[in-house]
Amino acid sequence: MATDFNLPELGENIAAGDVLRVLVKAGDVVAKDQPILELETDKATIEVPSSVAGQVKEIKVKAGDKVKVGQTILSVEGGDGAAAPAPAKAAEPAAVKVPEPAPSAVPAPASVPPEAPRAVLPDREKVVDFSRGVRSVSAEPVSDGPAAPAAPSVRRMARELGVDIGEVAGTGDDGRISIEDVKAHAKRLVTMAKSAPVGGAAAGPLLAAEPLPDFSRWGSIERQPMRGVRRKTAEHLGAVWVSVPLVTQYDAADISGFEDVRKRYAKQTGESGAPLTVTALAIKIVAAALRKFPQFNVSLDMAAAEIIVKKYIHIGVAVDTDRGLLVPVIRDADSKSLLQVSSEVAELAAKARNRKLTLDEMQGATFSISNLGGIGGTNFTPLVNAPEVGILGISRARMEQVFRDGQFVARLMMPLALSYDHRAVDGADGARFLRWVAEVFEQPFLLSLEG
Amino acid sequence: MINAQVVVVGGGPGGYAAAFLAADLGLKTAIVDPEANPGGVCVYRGCIPSKALLHVASLLGEARHAEAWGVSFGEPRIDLDKLRAFKDAVVKRLTSGTGLLAKSRKVQYLQGLAELVDPNTLRVKLNSGGEETVQFEHAILATGSVPVVPPALRLPGSGDPRVMDSTTALDLPDVPKSLLVVGGGYIGLELGSVYAALGSTVTVVEMTDGLLPGVDRDLVDVLSKRLKQTMKAVLLKTRVTQLKPEAAGVRVTFEGEQVSGELREQVFDRVLVAVGRRPNASVPGLDRTRVRLDERGFIVVNEQMRTDEPSIFAIGDVAGEPMLAHKASHEGRVAAEVIAGEKSAFAPRAIPAVVFTDPEIAWAGLTETQAQKAGRPVTIAKFPWAASGRALTLDRLDGLTKLVVDPSTERILGVGLVGPNAGELIAEGVLAIEMGANVTDLKLSIHPHPTLTETLMESAEVFFGQATHVYKPKRS
Repeated sequence: MATDFNLPELGENIAAGDVLRVLVKAGDVVAKDQPILELETDKATIEVPSSVAGQVKEIKVKAGDKVKVGQTILSVEGGDGAAAPAPAKAAEPAAVKVPEPAPSAVPAPASVPPEAPRAVLPDREKVVDFSRGVRSVSAEPVSDGPAAPAAPSVRRMARELGVDIGEVAGTGDDGRISIEDVKAHAKRLVTMAKSAPVGGAAAGPLLAAEPLPDFSRWGSIERQPMRGVRRKTAEHLGAVWVSVPLVTQYDAADISGFEDVRKRYAKQTGESGAPLTVTALAIKIVAAALRKFPQFNVSLDMAAAEIIVKKYIHIGVAVDTDRGLLVPVIRDADSKSLLQVSSEVAELAAKARNRKLTLDEMQGATFSISNLGGIGGTNFTPLVNAPEVGILGISRARMEQVFRDGQFVARLMMPLALSYDHRAVDGADGARFLRWVAEVFEQPFLLSLEG
Repeated sequence: MINAQVVVVGGGPGGYAAAFLAADLGLKTAIVDPEANPGGVCVYRGCIPSKALLHVASLLGEARHAEAWGVSFGEPRIDLDKLRAFKDAVVKRLTSGTGLLAKSRKVQYLQGLAELVDPNTLRVKLNSGGEETVQFEHAILATGSVPVVPPALRLPGSGDPRVMDSTTALDLPDVPKSLLVVGGGYIGLELGSVYAALGSTVTVVEMTDGLLPGVDRDLVDVLSKRLKQTMKAVLLKTRVTQLKPEAAGVRVTFEGEQVSGELREQVFDRVLVAVGRRPNASVPGLDRTRVRLDERGFIVVNEQMRTDEPSIFAIGDVAGEPMLAHKASHEGRVAAEVIAGEKSAFAPRAIPAVVFTDPEIAWAGLTETQAQKAGRPVTIAKFPWAASGRALTLDRLDGLTKLVVDPSTERILGVGLVGPNAGELIAEGVLAIEMGANVTDLKLSIHPHPTLTETLMESAEVFFGQATHVYKPKRS
């Protein structure tokens, strides 16, 4: 018996991914839950476990392929063949379906028949394939409510444009749908898809991109597909840029004291234990600041005219990887010790670089921190990771002449930049928040007082 | 070895329509079929030869009827050989036509039987001897259906020529004195009508409680009334339990309320078994693919007519009901378009069905029976042909036209017709349903006078209680 394995549901809002690696080959025997595919989705690399067992007969995808939920990945023979339940909502929602230049027709996703039809031969009886629907063989037409009042030519046009005829509003007599109605509907869908907020935040329409010149006139070029993390980052930050009125507040913190503590601590623990880092301290300080300034721990629902106040404090930490920017999340950072946070940061950063981060580990942040100090720079303007409303940017600390108590002294000063969504946060609060953060950096023991 | 982008297995009206369109769309196409030319059951042994004979039958009926109008032709003399030759000539002309069309489209025609080697290879046993391998990108299975013969009606040994199926009945071996038609479906009634017109005394036996199961009763009733005149008997709720060949004929044992005493056993010169057809999915090697069958033996396909094996499509009788040539052709064209990369789908609102008896019965879209079964509220508007000038001139007052209408939108969901030429008239109903026309559209479209098409317009007027030739005010 041959059993197909189709890409299962991977998580919320994930409809597709790029195949990084196929972990099995034809002829291999796979067990249930054995990872068979490495898939790069929006931000995570996911190992997809098999829901079937048996000998791999055929692999239908290869590295670099874009696969959709519900698409057949491979088929196995032998084993018990019991496959995972059908991903019933395998298809992308029809409402946001835009015309695809698909070269060949994709089988229409449809519901699985209530009774799995009998196979050709007894030994094929357990063939399970959810990827294709079955048309009812009944000759009975229209039985589930009135069909859209559209002529066959109009219905065909809708099908070609990827428009659900049932969603088109007809402008003719009695709501009859014309070809023009279908075209107008398709146009609206395309415009909506273009301006749709990627991160779920309310967004204005993106400015249409200007046409590109022919760059090859000035030298040789190469076009590379924008995949996975890069594409998602581009879409997300593009949407943030046009939708969030962003203000950045700059400051600098004297971390001379912390630097002494850090060095002493490193000497004590030696190689063992997680190093005490500026990032870990920043997370602790920001977590405390968010308690003090809860207006930074919110998201905006512009459509509902509501502010969503979060009662939890999860801090996203930007990590630079060879695949691009990833942001793992330290959960409940306010209730963890500095050392706990420190070791967790080290662990998540390592996972990010080894492509082991799960989607779950990258979701739910209420505020982010981007520390570029390890690279250098005197300061920068971070962009909030909407729907979060604030982000703290940290640049490299250096010795500076500071006038204190009537004289210049050499202090280790660290540049800080707080970017915030001005819709949620007022300028004075931004200045207060960052000043408070800078002061706690100077005297970390204040943390324990603020507790 | 032959390389084809599309190979169609089965050259019936579905198969050749698919192949021709595939070729027109620029695909390298081949057809495999055991006959000399495309045509399939429909052209060789079905729709076409039966209609040639039914045309003659209706002529005979009219001629007899003409006595009432003062014209007597006398008893018709029937030259069976000549009649058979006419029927065969029709078939020959049509099939050589399809053969020529295949050639001019450069569709390769392989006369033989196909076996699937794998999802991209076909082995063809050629009628001329030898084998040919076809490497294909896509196959369309259009293998049609075959007559069903229940075990009780199978005679031991190689059978008796006096027990016929639709194919042998169309060969017109003779005009038996007495004929039993087993099965009150459209095939049995059509062929029974032919033999009755030619002079046989015909008895029809049907297991269920009515002829043409599934068809709206008010339409069937009109036909039943007429069949009472042309047939010797119509036995309902009756089954045949045994066939026994004897020197004098075939002894038939019945079981049912309508047959008691000596009627329980009767001897007929010939018996026609027409209890139904089943899908012909017995393509050798189908088990080497992922093609699936449903519990009734139909190949499971999706809206694109694609099976579970992505390279293989199935269309026509083998891919589901209704088993009708025009449905098959439409599906074939969908499959060809899908293969050519078009976003096509089989999504009709109405598939017309016609019973070519006298009178004809035709329907399309939602029937009243289906609506009742589904509990769907509909409004029915009927126009009796007794009120039609054209029907009067034909001296045929028994016809009926009816509309099945959605009460909220007043859109036409179904059309049913019984009467002469119902099969031609139904096409307007199909167009109305497909276009999403409402009753007003039909009412406001001027129909030519005096024709039977006016009955469609007037039935729309009946819906509003305003038919010119029917006084039946709408109750408020």
